[in-house]
Amino acid sequence: MADKVTKATRESFGEALCELAQSDEDIIVLDADLSAATKTSIFSKKYPERFINCGIAECNMVGVAAGLAAAGKKPVAASFAMFATGRAFEQIRNSVAYPNLNVKIAGSHAGISTGEDGATHQCLEDIGVMRTIPNMVVLNPADHWEMMAATKAALEHNGPVYIRLGRLAIDSFNDPETYNFELGKGITLHEGDDVTVIATGLVVNEAKKAVEALESEGINARLINIHTIKPIDKDIIIKAAKETGKIITVEEHNIIGGLADAVCEVTSQYCPVPVTRIGVNDRFGYSGPAWELLEIFGLTETNIKKVITQVVNS
Amino acid sequence: MEISEIKQLQINATKARIGAVIGTYHAKSGHPGGSLSAADVFTYLYFKEMNVDPENPDWADRDRFVLSKGHCAPSLYAILALKGFFDWDELKSLRHVGAMLQGHPDMKGTPGIDMSTGSLGQGISTACGMAIAAKLDNKSYRVYTVLGDGECEEGQVWEAAMFASHNNLDNLVVVVDQNGLQIDGTVAEVGGIEPLDKKFESFGFNVIKVNGHDFNELDEAFSKAKATKGVPTAILMKTVKGKGVSFMENQVGWHGKATNDEEYKIAIAELEGQLKELEG
Repeated sequence: MADKVTKATRESFGEALCELAQSDEDIIVLDADLSAATKTSIFSKKYPERFINCGIAECNMVGVAAGLAAAGKKPVAASFAMFATGRAFEQIRNSVAYPNLNVKIAGSHAGISTGEDGATHQCLEDIGVMRTIPNMVVLNPADHWEMMAATKAALEHNGPVYIRLGRLAIDSFNDPETYNFELGKGITLHEGDDVTVIATGLVVNEAKKAVEALESEGINARLINIHTIKPIDKDIIIKAAKETGKIITVEEHNIIGGLADAVCEVTSQYCPVPVTRIGVNDRFGYSGPAWELLEIFGLTETNIKKVITQVVNS
Repeated sequence: MEISEIKQLQINATKARIGAVIGTYHAKSGHPGGSLSAADVFTYLYFKEMNVDPENPDWADRDRFVLSKGHCAPSLYAILALKGFFDWDELKSLRHVGAMLQGHPDMKGTPGIDMSTGSLGQGISTACGMAIAAKLDNKSYRVYTVLGDGECEEGQVWEAAMFASHNNLDNLVVVVDQNGLQIDGTVAEVGGIEPLDKKFESFGFNVIKVNGHDFNELDEAFSKAKATKGVPTAILMKTVKGKGVSFMENQVGWHGKATNDEEYKIAIAELEGQLKELEG
């Protein structure tokens, strides 16, 4: 693919904000002293007058964003996923989501791939906590092109959105010529009837590699990319459950609260099938290079292939 | 201010106290103590200071008010009703199922409420957001917020205070209702937040100390706040929790409970007596 890029989704997010801000003067970006890391610095350099550095005070930042939204602005508040959704959880719930204000929360350095910083910074709970808040839309884009489109969709949506950004540079796999982002709609990346792999975020490409590699071994796995965790695409999950009878979820998040639970909530009600969960198994991470950690925690092609084979043969 | 103007404000404040007692009595719950201590400043804001239009509550250029100590909504609701944002009778269904008036302010459901609040420490940050929005848009509206003194124990208050002065939010007035009491006892015993004036001064605020039940002092303070450029203002107002109802005044126990039938009659009789005296 000519348009293959290797880029962290945080960087794509920063670029998308700049693009969108050109035609929308109401976009205001806030950060809590992490703009160089969240990549809102890309925006702040271009639009310094529309950038507010709140200092290391995430709770206040979210409140300020709520006030800006109440006054008609479109604020985007960014920090590490850990601090944005963890420390400021209640501000997001009470000051933003309860009054349904048009605030976007961006959480970067999500997941184990945050790497060397270790457990305190490797947020594995953000999707879970954001998902439980009424009015909240939860997005977890998987590559550069998806992040560009998801950021646009988030800003077009009138209401609170949480968008998860990754630190690690990853290869894009979507084709910008044909890619179409629709909020709340999953994307089938690979057809198959033996099992369905439902993945989200950074690990979608790993699942894609696994599914494609297994084709030559005679295993036909379906692969669905869920970029919108909430509202979840019920139809695509129910159809997959009915047609393939087995589901595997893959996410760079605690297996409790995230994609796995969102999928099980659908299957348990509409079409109960066995769901095997690949994710971080209810534990904290630790320091190490990102790809090494992803490998150890079973979130790369190797383990995904192994699990698919086991599930199909069980 | 003219004596007649002060008297009219006192009349409205007494009516707001009556409204707070009516609301919490019918709700069989709520927070009368702090509602009564803040009734005068609410009255001053809505009947003297702020530029608002009950016919057009979402008017983009209006002054904004954020009740950071959201539990004191009952007297604010009464003031909004007196101002004409909604019918006085709504007070009787405060906290009821399906009612417009929620236990804590709800900007989506109640005309005149500019921000949903209730979780302490959060309102002041949202007020900062509105004030900085005015600056970004080169608009002249001002933003007011009222905090409890106990609320100042929340760390977010000081994050917001730092933000307000760092961003030169001279269009923001932070009022602290220093009634000296919180749920578990006196603020001095429980939280140890003093010296509040020095704290706000060191955070870069223009600090004004007033008697929160004296409309002349409030008038002077808000005028000074308006004239102060480059820094936000904190008005620290000494008040009496439960002000206007003899058995509630300075009583910790009246933070968050409603009157029973007998207490209700006494409270209303006392307040109506005060009203008659003012109107007479």
